[in-house]
Amino acid sequence: MLYKIILFAPLVGALIAGLLGRRIGDMTAQFVTTGLLLLSAVLSWFAFVQVGYGGETQEINLFRWMDVGDFKANWALKIDTLTAIMLVVITTVSALVHVYSWGYMKDDPGKARFFSYLSYFTFAMLVLVTSNNVIQLFFGWEGVGVASYLLIGFWYKKPSANAAAIKAFVTNRVGDVGLALGIMAIYLIFGSVHFDEVFSQIADKKDLVVPFLGMQLGAIELIAGLLFIGAMGKSAQFILHVWLPDAMEGPTPVSALIHAATMVTAGVFLVCRAAPIYEAAPFVSGIVTIIGAFTALFAATIGLVQNDIKRVIAFSTCSQLGYMFFAAGIGAYDAAMFHLFPHAFFKALLFLCAGSVIVALHHEQDMRKMGGIYQLVPVTYILMIIGTLALTGVGIPGLGGFAGFYSKDAIIEAAYAAGAAGHNAPAVFAFWAGLAAAAMTSFYSWRLIFMTFHGKFRGDKEVLKHTHESPFNMTIPLVILAVGSVLAGVIFYDQFMLYKDTGFWGQALPEGHGKHKFPLWVLWAPVAVTFAGFVLAWSMYIRANGTEKRIAAGANGGGGIFYKFLLNKWYIDELYEATIIRGARKLGDLFWKIGDIKIIDRFGPDGFAAAALAGGKKLSKLQSGYLFHYAFVMLLGLAGIIAYVSMKAAG
Amino acid sequence: MFKGVPILTIITFIPLLAAVCLMILSRLAPAEGKAQIAKNAPRVALVTTLAVLGLSLLLVLNFDTTTADFQFVENVAWLGGGINYRMGVDGISILFILLTAFLTPLCIISSAKSVKSRMLEYMVAFLVLETLMIGVFCALDMVLFYIFFEGVLLPMFIIIGVWGGKDKVYAAYKFLIYTLLGSVLMLAAMLWLYYYSGQVLGAENATTNIVELAKLDIPLGAQTWLWLAFFASFAVKMPMWPVHTWLPDAHVQAPTAGSVILAGILLKLGGYGFLRFSLPFFPDASQYFAPLIFWLSVIGIIYTSLVAYRQTDMKKLIAYSSVAHMGFVTMGIFALNVQGLQGALFQMISHGIISGALFFAVGIIYDRMHTREIAFYGGIVKYMPMYAALFMLFTMANVGLPGTSGFVGEILTMVGAYQVNPWIAFGAAFGMILSAVYALHLYREVVFGEVKNEKLEGIKDMSIREIVIMAPLAILTILLGVYPSLITDITAVSVDALLADINAKLAGG
Repeated sequence: MLYKIILFAPLVGALIAGLLGRRIGDMTAQFVTTGLLLLSAVLSWFAFVQVGYGGETQEINLFRWMDVGDFKANWALKIDTLTAIMLVVITTVSALVHVYSWGYMKDDPGKARFFSYLSYFTFAMLVLVTSNNVIQLFFGWEGVGVASYLLIGFWYKKPSANAAAIKAFVTNRVGDVGLALGIMAIYLIFGSVHFDEVFSQIADKKDLVVPFLGMQLGAIELIAGLLFIGAMGKSAQFILHVWLPDAMEGPTPVSALIHAATMVTAGVFLVCRAAPIYEAAPFVSGIVTIIGAFTALFAATIGLVQNDIKRVIAFSTCSQLGYMFFAAGIGAYDAAMFHLFPHAFFKALLFLCAGSVIVALHHEQDMRKMGGIYQLVPVTYILMIIGTLALTGVGIPGLGGFAGFYSKDAIIEAAYAAGAAGHNAPAVFAFWAGLAAAAMTSFYSWRLIFMTFHGKFRGDKEVLKHTHESPFNMTIPLVILAVGSVLAGVIFYDQFMLYKDTGFWGQALPEGHGKHKFPLWVLWAPVAVTFAGFVLAWSMYIRANGTEKRIAAGANGGGGIFYKFLLNKWYIDELYEATIIRGARKLGDLFWKIGDIKIIDRFGPDGFAAAALAGGKKLSKLQSGYLFHYAFVMLLGLAGIIAYVSMKAAG
Repeated sequence: MFKGVPILTIITFIPLLAAVCLMILSRLAPAEGKAQIAKNAPRVALVTTLAVLGLSLLLVLNFDTTTADFQFVENVAWLGGGINYRMGVDGISILFILLTAFLTPLCIISSAKSVKSRMLEYMVAFLVLETLMIGVFCALDMVLFYIFFEGVLLPMFIIIGVWGGKDKVYAAYKFLIYTLLGSVLMLAAMLWLYYYSGQVLGAENATTNIVELAKLDIPLGAQTWLWLAFFASFAVKMPMWPVHTWLPDAHVQAPTAGSVILAGILLKLGGYGFLRFSLPFFPDASQYFAPLIFWLSVIGIIYTSLVAYRQTDMKKLIAYSSVAHMGFVTMGIFALNVQGLQGALFQMISHGIISGALFFAVGIIYDRMHTREIAFYGGIVKYMPMYAALFMLFTMANVGLPGTSGFVGEILTMVGAYQVNPWIAFGAAFGMILSAVYALHLYREVVFGEVKNEKLEGIKDMSIREIVIMAPLAILTILLGVYPSLITDITAVSVDALLADINAKLAGG
């Protein structure tokens, strides 16, 4: 019952706000959705304690969904530690975002619709993480995709928002093709789509080789690869990352909830959920490691030079997700999930703080038009610093630090350990990429703080007159998230990472690799590079403000070109536009105007008509009425023939 | 419940009876009475079609899902020479009857408002159409089937030709050319089968009974030609690429209800034909030609999806999208396994509901603005929020979102195809991306954005009548998406039996 309430409370809220929003009014819609989510969040923490600390796991079957031959799946709830963590993350951040939106969306005419979408998203996300089979997971997976589409395009009058919404949905669909094929491969190979039934057979199918698109592939590797393609789409990994920055067109609470804390982590969740498969797929795990590590690095480089405050955080998210993936790739699923957990809090915090700044400055998102406002929005300023400290992972080895210090360092150390164990080049790459990305994370995070809050105000002075701190309903959620950002690491480190003693994970993840002893430099390196990033940012934006402009202006020198390359996100959007998108349009036109009209119709029905017309001018009188007589006579004739033939046959 | 009652005949011919009554009354009535009758014709038609719907529901409720045998069978000597009036349903056909009975009243409700001329004749045409459509799915005799199967086109021609748009003659003509060619070949094949049955069973036992014919073992060489002859007819009806070009034109010219029936029911005749004839009669040929069908299906899915994306007319876009969705059906049928066949059946029912809803959706704004140009619209969510919400639901269903019925058919047919050839499933999965591209493109251009066209100012949201039409479609779309067993439980036994039969024949041959 507990779990059913957690799952369905948001759905009930979404339906009430969505279907009755007009009748009951915005206030009631807001109240109902938020109230139900708070309920769901409180119960989720109960569940978390029950499962994580009490070791209670269960599977609740609701009713049949698919039932065709052996292709069977129920609507069900599978509750284990992995799920419990996600429940807490999703419902907590979602509840706080609901509260925050009371203030943020105060003047929006579509409030009921907005809250309905938010709650619907939460429901779909919960279905995703509670599913006991791949198909229900796919339901949640696509459901959150739709919610994301609706929320990115929430301000539907803006063409850019509509375009971003479609881009997000379609890019995700590319990944979903992988996931869908993964489902089919799982069914074909294991005869089931139920997680436990699949996992129990892995040992038997380990050496099975199956044909796929002209190749002979290991069955398990194939499945792992296909699932990962899905994960890449949802979690915005390199190649399929292009939708995430554009998704910032949506209202900021949406960016915090969907595009930072929850939905984008679904890919990481999928890989961890399917950990037994990845354990048996070393080759694909290597690819996961490389793509994750590369994304961590790649997204960080772009984050260095972006000027839109939300886009900086978006690329940061992309980069942090990369960390989680390479952790999963090297088999440190516990570390991946551990980073996912506080990341949800501090990244949501950063986004919501950014939202607070944006509102304070009358919807200005360009950091070049900000600066020096820390006295005007002191609460936001302090909270955003806390978020930054958590993200950059500030702390002292041996003593302790902010949440990211525990979780990000756990990943970097795990990469080191995997690399040091030998024969794992991807892990070595991941370790160095992770370190480099940590330096850049620190740089772009502090750059954001300095450009936004410090120096001289560079925007319209009129705006400044009305700039004030956000109301309580916006700052209180921020404070709660800040508490999480500070404490999540220190409180939960033992549970997540030392579970051999605590039994925290139960059966949810494969046996871990145990605790390693690391050389001192490995422990200190992340801290050192983080500090270096801070110093560089400080010297460029505080001490000698204007350095960035000088680099950008040096278009003749190498620096300028490099700057433009990063600013334009490695020109990947342009590449896709020139090839895939234009290609699809061209092909569509070609098939239609040449294929259908010039070829098929010309040699088919039109050609027929032309021949008939040439044969006898009479047919030019081919008017509708005649046509029907003609057809009718034909039919009668045919019926007559049959009758005649049948009589004859009958003798 | 229906013991001794020729329930199938009753369901089939009630609409025809009502149509004849309407015509006679109108003939006999004086001039002012004629107008009165025309005015009341939609009511008569609605009551009639609702009665058919009620009886069909009873039929399904009384249907025994534990047997693959034909049920409610009627068998009366008819033309002699083994040609009987034989009716009956099994798990493959019964749901199509329900679908027809479900969509027709909605069409009547919609047309009562949107049709402006010759109301009586229009209603008569629809009632006759319903009789013929239900007849196709009940007929267990080849000749009877043929009459219904071809006859269905006549009222459709009339509906397009009389109440259609300005290029209706071209559209009707194109439609005619395509189907004529196919049906002539099918007729020849049927004659051959009849003769062959005489040869095998003895001249006095020659039969056109579909059940008996399915038991015959037809030589391999003959199977190939016969299969192709039937294929010519069914492929056009589906329609499969590359014989699909009649469909967009027919849809564009047809009135709204015509499009709904065309997409909802008539496109299913081809798929039904494959299941009823091609597979059980010619299993070897079906297996032999399966790769051909696969490739035509996949090419069709990708090709027509891309073409759909470039359309400027809403109806054409949805028409091309229908062709793509029918590609999943043919792919599933010729996977020749349980997921493929069940998926194909499911996809046909589901597409009947979703495409019907989409054509109604186009009709709703067409009735207000009298244009289907995508570029004319934009931003109508401002004035039509309820319409926007429902249109979004059906758009997502068309895209195959899990939780809607559109997903179930697509995933099942792909699971079926994957077991035979991953390439095919891969190609079809590509259609998943493209359907999102064209469907969301349409939605954005019509519903989202600023209202730029001042003619759209103050456009009215859905009326009660329109809600009555759309609500049941919406409910079914979600219901079948969440609990597809409503359909698959009914089809399961017949599909299993069909597969067992095919496999036995393949093993024997």
